[in-house]
Amino acid sequence: MHELSVCQGLVNEVARVAAAHGASRVTRIAVAVGPLSGVEAPLLERAFAVARAGTVADAAVLVTEATEVAVWCESCGAETVTAPNRLVCERCGGWRVEVRRGAELLLTSIDIED
Amino acid sequence: MCEQCGCGSTPGTVRVTDSGRTISSRPAAATTVEVHAALLAENDRVAAHNRAHFEEHGVLAVNLMSSPGSGKTSLLEATLDAAAGRWRIGVIEGDLETENDALRIRAKGVPAVQITTGQACHLDAGMVHDALHALDLHALDILFIENVGNLVCPASFDLGQSANVTLLSVTEGDDKPAKYPVMFRAADLVLLAKSDLLDVLDDFDPAKARRHVRELANPAPVLAISARRPATLRPWLDWLEGGLAAVRAHPGMHAHPQGHSHRHEHSHGHEHPETAPHSHPRAADPA
Repeated sequence: MHELSVCQGLVNEVARVAAAHGASRVTRIAVAVGPLSGVEAPLLERAFAVARAGTVADAAVLVTEATEVAVWCESCGAETVTAPNRLVCERCGGWRVEVRRGAELLLTSIDIED
Repeated sequence: MCEQCGCGSTPGTVRVTDSGRTISSRPAAATTVEVHAALLAENDRVAAHNRAHFEEHGVLAVNLMSSPGSGKTSLLEATLDAAAGRWRIGVIEGDLETENDALRIRAKGVPAVQITTGQACHLDAGMVHDALHALDLHALDILFIENVGNLVCPASFDLGQSANVTLLSVTEGDDKPAKYPVMFRAADLVLLAKSDLLDVLDDFDPAKARRHVRELANPAPVLAISARRPATLRPWLDWLEGGLAAVRAHPGMHAHPQGHSHRHEHSHGHEHPETAPHSHPRAADPA
C-alpha cells in the first residue's frame, strides 16, 4: 500500500503548480494511471481523501483516467494492445517490443480558483 | 466490483470520486491548468540527485529487490566473501524494523547503513539520500541498496540506482514475473536464488521463469545462483564487473528502468549536467 506515499507526492506537486499560478484553491485534479505504473486507481482515490486534508487541494475532486497497455513491435512494426503481464506483440508474438502506453503515472491537469 | 455497487464505473472509464460523492461538473470560476508532470516528480528529483552523486563518484549503485525471505542479505554476504579485495563495497539496508541485516553486513567488515522504514513498504529516494550522508562515496566502487522485501511497492520508486536486480528464489513460483509484472519489468537482472534447491524442487522450471520475464518485453539476463555455492556466483560477479565498467566508461549515462522522466534540480548549491538516459549495465544473457 504505497498509494499514500504517491498521493503525498501528488499533493505536493499540485501545491507547487497552484502556488506558481497564484491560486488559493484547487477544485479538480486529473491524473492518468497506467496498469504498469504499479498504482491502483481505487486505492489512490482512497489515499487522496487522506492526503488532501489541510492542503490547497482540501476540497478538490480527483479524477483518474485509466489507460491501456500498448506495445510497439520491433520485428513487425505493429502497435497492439496487450495484457499488463504479457507484453508481447499481439500480431506476430514477438517479445522484443517497446511499451508505448500503460506505464504512465501523470498529473495531467488541475482546475484552480484565484 | 462496480457492477454490484451500481456506481456505473467500469474499467477504462473516467472515475470521479470525492470521498464517495460523485461530481460530474466543475465550478464555473475554475481555470484548468495543463500540467503533464510525473506524480512522483518530487521523488524523481531526489533520485536524479542521488544518481548524479553516484555518477560523479563512479559508483555502481544496485537496487536489490525481492519478496521477503528470497535471500537478498544471504546473497550480499556471499558476494562480499566472493569479492573480498576486488571492490570497495558499501551497503544500505532497508527494513521495517531492526538493525539485524546491517549487523550481518558489518560483521564482514563492510560499511552498512540501516534504514528502518517503520510501516513504509518501500524505500524512496529521500531515504536513500539521507543514508548517503552516512557513507563516503569516494571510498566505494559498488553500493548495494537492499530494498524492503516486497514485490509490489519498491518497483514504483526510483532511488537513483544504476541498475535494478530482482531476486526470485526457487522456493517461490516460476510464474512470479507474470504475477508481479511491474517489478519484473523494471529488473535489469533477474537472479534465480537458492538454486541449490532445484535438485529437490521439481516444480520450479528456470526456463519458464525466463520465459515469463521475456513476456514482459524484458531482455534482462536471468541467472541461477546459490549463496551456498560460491561457484554459481561467478556470472553475477561478472555482471557487476561489467556494470561497474559501464558506469565508469560512460559517466552521465544511466538506466532508469521505471521510465520516469525527471529534471535535475539540486538543493545543494551545485550543478550537475543533464544526463542522457539508458545505458543498461547488462552482461550478455547466456540463455
